Amino acid sequence: MSSHQFSHLDALESESIHIMREVAAECKNPALLFSGGKDSIVMLRIAEKAFRPAKFPFPLVHIDTEHNFPEVIAARDKLAADLGERLIVRSLEDSIKRGTIIIKDLDKPRNPYQSVTLLETIAEFGFDACMGGARRDEEKARAKERIFSFRDEFGQWDPKNQRPELWDLYNTRVLPGENIRVFPISNWTEMDIWEYIARERLYIPEIYYAHTREVIRRNGSVIPVSHLVQPKPGEKVEVLSVRFRTVGDMTCTAPVESLASNPQQIIEETSTTRITERGATRMDDQTSDASMELRKKEGYF
Amino acid sequence: MNTQLLRFITAGSVDDGKSTLIGRLLHDSKSIFEDQLSAISKTSEKRGMAAVDLSLLTDGLQAEREQGITIDVAYRYFATPRRKFIIGDTPGHEQYTRNMVTAASTANLVVILIDARKGVLTQTRRHTFLASLVGVPHIVLAVNKMDMVEYSEDIFNAIVAEYRAFAAQLDIHNVTCIPMSALNGDMVVERGDKLNWYQGEALLEMLETVVIDYDVNTEDFRFPVQWVCRPQTQEYHDFRGYMGRVESGEISVGDEITILPSGRTNRVKEIVTYDGKLQTAYAPQSVTLTLQDETDISRGDMFVKSANLPRVAKEFEAMLCWLAETPLDLNRKYIIKHTTRVVKCLFSRLEYRVDVNTLAHHAATMLNMNDIARVSLKVQQPLVLDHYSKNRFTGSFIVIDEASNNTVAAGMIV
Repeated sequence: MSSHQFSHLDALESESIHIMREVAAECKNPALLFSGGKDSIVMLRIAEKAFRPAKFPFPLVHIDTEHNFPEVIAARDKLAADLGERLIVRSLEDSIKRGTIIIKDLDKPRNPYQSVTLLETIAEFGFDACMGGARRDEEKARAKERIFSFRDEFGQWDPKNQRPELWDLYNTRVLPGENIRVFPISNWTEMDIWEYIARERLYIPEIYYAHTREVIRRNGSVIPVSHLVQPKPGEKVEVLSVRFRTVGDMTCTAPVESLASNPQQIIEETSTTRITERGATRMDDQTSDASMELRKKEGYF
Repeated sequence: MNTQLLRFITAGSVDDGKSTLIGRLLHDSKSIFEDQLSAISKTSEKRGMAAVDLSLLTDGLQAEREQGITIDVAYRYFATPRRKFIIGDTPGHEQYTRNMVTAASTANLVVILIDARKGVLTQTRRHTFLASLVGVPHIVLAVNKMDMVEYSEDIFNAIVAEYRAFAAQLDIHNVTCIPMSALNGDMVVERGDKLNWYQGEALLEMLETVVIDYDVNTEDFRFPVQWVCRPQTQEYHDFRGYMGRVESGEISVGDEITILPSGRTNRVKEIVTYDGKLQTAYAPQSVTLTLQDETDISRGDMFVKSANLPRVAKEFEAMLCWLAETPLDLNRKYIIKHTTRVVKCLFSRLEYRVDVNTLAHHAATMLNMNDIARVSLKVQQPLVLDHYSKNRFTGSFIVIDEASNNTVAAGMIV
């Protein structure tokens, strides 16, 4: 009988490694979506644990909205270079130039358009599986999505027609043109991510930690001032100590007021916070009760 | 910090107070966030309810509301200082067998809900049978709505006696029975003051303390090879590592292993992980093994200890739960995924179908969605098998329809 102590983080990590190895073994041409955000940085560490001492059997792919925080893009490039892994970047600008994305207001949030460039990138490289760092605790549409989430040839998710997923026996079969989105950290929570960042001493972009920043208050949210978001007449610029819980499109990602400057302090804050991660920080998810569900049906991650 | 992870599911219908129970667990353990609470408060108000309806926390997607359907399983997460929990929440009613089997396949524990006014019903027996079929290690019988029967100890005892007699027929032993009122919060997280005659643990305390260390098989070493690692770099020129997860048992450096199905023997040279080399690896660790002698090994092979061999067979019997709307076609070949092996199969005979309500066996000529049957099957390549009751990982398989690529059945080897 073993006296081996297996913590919840060990259990989650082992499950995620197992999932990534299944993808590598059964899918013909997989990719790992990597944005430089904290969840995808956790995914990179899991990929290292799954495949070292060899290289990853898939490239890293980022769909750049060109609305990202510069600190996050810098972290993306640094981490990919440090690991010596191949990074493919495709930009929404490419789709705009091709005319497949038509944007009226260039400064408005671009998350809804990411699906278009993602699907074009999948077609360009012929990926049959894309791994992403989405978690089921983020949102109720995600709570109902499989770890191996089948998409039709239009990249669409059909929530009422999902393949049953039993034990750890994943069905990875697709026809040409179809693909699978795989979420190896489906079962992790925001707290698990922070505990893992602390345990593994992972480098993440500095904007996840408390820093002073110019912000304005608009529609009940705190919005960072940037070249994309400038105060309107009557809006007051404040300087606050803030950190980001998620890092997405600069025009719709709100920081929270915080003094937490290391993972341990963030864990303490997270354990007492009373607002969900997306509820606090993602204005694009608040527009309707079903926004995420609708975006997923259109091919969004 | 070394908290464990417990996965559990709840079985019961809305009428038994299942959603209220989950809502109560999340609410009283302070796992509900303000924005979630304000969203359901708004909905409760819109629907003209006096108090916040906690069952709305498990409310569905737009697609479900519009089409009046329920998606089979939603996962929810909460934590206490003692444990982390994953709830597999399966809506009741139609297709229940398929949904419950799916959610139960990864669960340590199932909470079976009973309405204290109604006692043990057909659906209670069905849920219990399915839990035993899928081998969920721990069962909690939650006798809910005790407030509706004046918190009567006699009523609770009568229900428990009837239930235990039934469970004994199914060879189920790990049953904990808890009286509760999810609506009022008695014996869910807090003990309340109405059930003082009950000496056992409240539900959350039970979930926090039930021993799950032996839910994995610690005896029989099984290691299906997932991926062969050959870096072919200067530094790792001759490195050949076999990557996979220890599904059960343990393995140490120097142990003799047998590689199945070939039957060749070898010895473990190193246990490699990103965090350094190990002397011993235990289930369910994901590791990389290197071997003393070079041999031809690929994905789908299984490492076992030479003194403890599973069965290698091309013909075997299994309990099958049919999951797809398209019925089983005995004339067609299907695909089986078992551990890391994918093979073609034929169903040679249907032994019998089980009526999940009465447990009676019936002759069967076809299988429809939600049917459970004992079947005989033949596979093209040999599989390395254990009885499901001994090993959930090497005893389970899924059936895939080659035409649709859909997962159509779940199998448990007998």
